[in-house]
Formats: sequence, C-alpha cells, structure tokens
Amino acid sequence: MRQLNNILEGFGSTVLLLFRSIGYLPTLPRQFGRFIEQCYLIGYTTLPIVAILSFFIGSVLALQAGYSMQNFGAKQFIGSLVGLSMARELGPVMVAILLTGRVGSAITAELASMKVYQEVDALQTMNIPPVRMLVMPRLVAAVVMVPVLAIIANLVGWFGGAIISKYTHFIAIDPPAYFSALRRFMEFKDILNGLIKAEVFGVGVILVCCNIGLNTRGGPREIGASVTRAVVTSLILILVLDYFVTKALM
Amino acid sequence: MSTASDVTRNPFTQTESPAVGVTIEGLSKSFGKFEVLKDVSFAVKPGEIFVLMGPSGSGKSVLLKHIVGLELPTAGKVTVDRRDAAAEETRESVRMALVFQAGALFNSMTVYDNLALYPREHRIGNEASIREKVMHALQILSLENAAQKYPSELSGGMKKRVAIARALVMEPQLMLYDEPTSELDPVMSATISEIIATLKDQYHVTTIVVSHDRDLALNIADRVGILMGGRLVFLGPPSELKEPKDPRVADFLHPRIDLQNPRFKQLET
Ligand SMILES: Nc1ncnc2c1ncn2[C@@H]1O[C@H](COP(=O)(O)OP(=O)(O)OP(=O)(O)O)[C@@H](O)[C@H]1O
Ligand SMILES: [Mg+2]
Repeated sequence: MRQLNNILEGFGSTVLLLFRSIGYLPTLPRQFGRFIEQCYLIGYTTLPIVAILSFFIGSVLALQAGYSMQNFGAKQFIGSLVGLSMARELGPVMVAILLTGRVGSAITAELASMKVYQEVDALQTMNIPPVRMLVMPRLVAAVVMVPVLAIIANLVGWFGGAIISKYTHFIAIDPPAYFSALRRFMEFKDILNGLIKAEVFGVGVILVCCNIGLNTRGGPREIGASVTRAVVTSLILILVLDYFVTKALM
Repeated sequence: MSTASDVTRNPFTQTESPAVGVTIEGLSKSFGKFEVLKDVSFAVKPGEIFVLMGPSGSGKSVLLKHIVGLELPTAGKVTVDRRDAAAEETRESVRMALVFQAGALFNSMTVYDNLALYPREHRIGNEASIREKVMHALQILSLENAAQKYPSELSGGMKKRVAIARALVMEPQLMLYDEPTSELDPVMSATISEIIATLKDQYHVTTIVVSHDRDLALNIADRVGILMGGRLVFLGPPSELKEPKDPRVADFLHPRIDLQNPRFKQLET
C-alpha cells in the first residue's frame, strides 16, 4: 500500500515537473548557454557509445536473421528485418537506455548533491526557481538531441547489418541488395514512429532523473540511493512506455 | 520573450526600498515527534539588527529557514513585511538573503560566478556593472584573488566569506546570517560586524544574525534574543546581557571553566 502510494506520488510529481518546465520555456533564450552545454553533454558524450552499440546490434540482428533464414531461402529479407527492427524498436530503446546510464545518472547525482548541500535551498532564497535553471534546459536539450541520436543509431545499425551480411559466408548478400530490401518494406512512418518513441523515452528519463535528484533528502548516502532509484525507475519506465507508445502508434 | 515586463518588475529599479519587518508568532516546529521550536514569538523591526544566540542544537538555523520560507511552521505564523513567509510571492516582492551556516555555495561555479548568479538571473545591470559589483564585494571581504577559484579550493573561512559576499551582491532588504563569524579570525570578524552595522545605517537593511560572537552581539545588536531548547528565554537590548537575571542565560554567556569539577565529568555521575 505504501509502495503504491510512493509510485503514484512519484508519478504525480514527475508530471508536475513537466508542466512547470514547460512554463519556464520562455526563459530559454536567455539560458541559451546552459541549453548548449546540456546539448553537448547529452549529445556528444552519448554519441560514441550509441554508435558502438548500434553497430553491434545491427550486426547481431543480421547474423541471427541470416542464420535462421538460410534454410528456407528468405535471406534476401535480412535488410528489411534489420531496418525495421532498428528503426521501430531497438534504436529508440537503446538510445533511451544509454541516455539513462550516461546522462540520467549523472543528472540525478548532480541535482541530489546540490539538494543535499543546500545549493537548491540557496537558489530558492535567491528567488531563482531551481526548475527553471536546472530542469528546463536539460529537458529541452534532450528533446533536441535524442532524435538525432536515434537517427544515428539507425544509420549505424543498418550499416553494421550490411557489413555482416556481406562478409558472413552463409549469408553473403551484397550491400545494394541488402539496402534495397531494407527500403522495400520500410516507410517513412516507421522511422517517424521510432523517433516519436525515442522522444517520449528521452523526456521521461530526464524528468524522472531530475525529479528523483531534486527530491533527495539526507546525506551522501542518499545521493547514491537516489542515483540507483533513478536508473531503475527510468529503465522500467522505458519498457512500460514502449508498450503503450507502440500500441498507440499502431 | 520580451524582457520589458521583467525589467519593470525588477526590484532593483527602485533603489530606495523601504526596510521590512519580520514577525514570528507562536512558531512551533516538529520534525516527526521531535519538537525543535516551541511557541517562539518575537518581532524584528524594520531596519533593526537582531542577534539570535543560543546553544548548539537549540533551533536557531531552523528558525532562520522559516523566515526565508524553506521550512513550514507546524504551528504559528511567520511574516516578512506583513506577508506570509511561506508564500512564494513574498520572495518575489522582498529581497532576502540568507548566509547559510555551511555556505551553500554552488560547487560547480567559480567564486565569481557564484556572486554574479543573482544579478545575472534577475537581469540587474549589464555584465560590466555586475563585474564592478562583484569585484567590490570580493574586495570588501579580501577575496580578490579567489575570484576564479572553485569552492572546493577554498578554506572554511574563505567559503564563509564568499557566502557573505554573495549575499551582499544581492543588495537585500532583509539579511539573515547564520553564524557569519564562526570560522573567521578576529580581524575579519570585526570587519563583518562593521559591514552589518554599515548596511543598517546606510541602507536600512533589516538584519538577523545568529551568532555566538559576544563582541558582535554587544557592539552592533539593537536587540538580542536567546533561544534555549526551542524556547526564547531572553529578549532585550544587549545592555541587559551584562548582568542577566536568568541563571541559564548567565551560564551560557559567561561559562566558568572549572578544572576541578569539569562539566563532562558531572555527566558521568
Ligand atoms: N531537517 C531536519 N530533520 C530533523 N531534525 C532536524 C532537521 N533540521 C534540524 N533538526 C534538528 O533540530 C534541532 C535544531 O537544529 P538547528 O540546526 O536549528 O540548531 P542550531 O541552533 O542552529 O545549532 P548550531 O548552533 O549547532 O548551528 C537539532 O536538534 C537538529 O537535530
Ligand atoms: Mg545552526
């Protein structure tokens, strides 16, 4: 019962945080420096790991598909399979998970330590709303950068699939054939769906991580506890949202 | 997105701002079952310097946090300039600064940016005038060389001085200090006392100082309050502190160091 209460409370305060951040949007132009800094943190620092991971996910997809399809002559559809899976599902989910690990955890740690060491209190007494300065620029930066990351994840994943398809002896499909299969069943809608998903995950992750960070109470130990809680909550949220957004977009 | 409306709302466009008063009526505060403040009442007049003293753990910092609205009363009421201290609008209409006991500096910013944050966020003046203001505040507290340092590179007393400088840059109407001199050397402590007295004389800043510094209390306070165990046990001008009637107050202000019969040994028996 108490846990259910906590979940509902957390959900409520996260939604509230979203609305309050939206309310501070007009201050974005004069916080442009902060926004750019967050874009850099979210985009640039996550990019290498997104690229590496999506390359290997694309490769493994192609490998597994080639292995199971070789016996019934469906190898020419490998491109379609890799393309659709990356765009509709794996790209967005992977970007969101990496965002949680690389950016979300750092946000929670930073905000939690600001809370614990009374920096947030100091902002409040200075009549500088903490949400305006600490949450809104991060949220907008995520909205801008996450789709970019998802697009890169797709491209690198498709490319990884193409390489593996060419050089694996039991598949041996040339890139032109692979990419024409990829294009044949993919519509723009599929890519757009994936980007919308990534966007929803990104906003959710940043909000959860900010909210848990700003609601930390206690000392250094609670900072660690908050980071753990933020990561676990974000991962659960991603998978739950995944189901509902996928369903809604069908 | 236009800035015009914000500028007119900006409190700094009215340079001569009237001093504000603070009232505390029947304030009680509990954390869970633990009652920290018990029915505390007093008023600080506009432009007054009020020094709050009391043993460690008696609830002084908690009391200050009520005045800036960081804690909400369990019972009773705190008003600043006749407005509810807990309401957000109060912070918008009254400029208040609290020098936190632990400094509460922004650890990810340099000392300079710590001081410049308030005027920048509230768009008070351009970068050049902010720079002038910030450097002036740093100079007063002998911190010019620390401007580009980060809080983690400062000593305890330096952090305290940065916290005070940051509050000065805000040019507040109500200034609250939580033990401003506790980590400072005697000369710097005297400087702080002088700053507090000057702010009162020149700008009619209402000041509440939590301090154990008897010199500061006796020299600059208009009135002194002593908090013990969450209750106000003394309220009056500093002259009355020289010969306090209450034995608890007398022992707090002039504790005898008794090597024959030390306090910690009295506890053991
Ligand atoms: N957030 C909190 N939760 C629970 N108890 C608290 C909290 N803040 C303060 N207290 C308790 O309230 C009491 C008064 O604390 P406060 O910080 O006001 O003391 P103080 O008078 O400022 O002491 P010092 O001179 O040592 O700074 C202490 O016993 C403290 O343990
Ligand atoms: Mg204290």
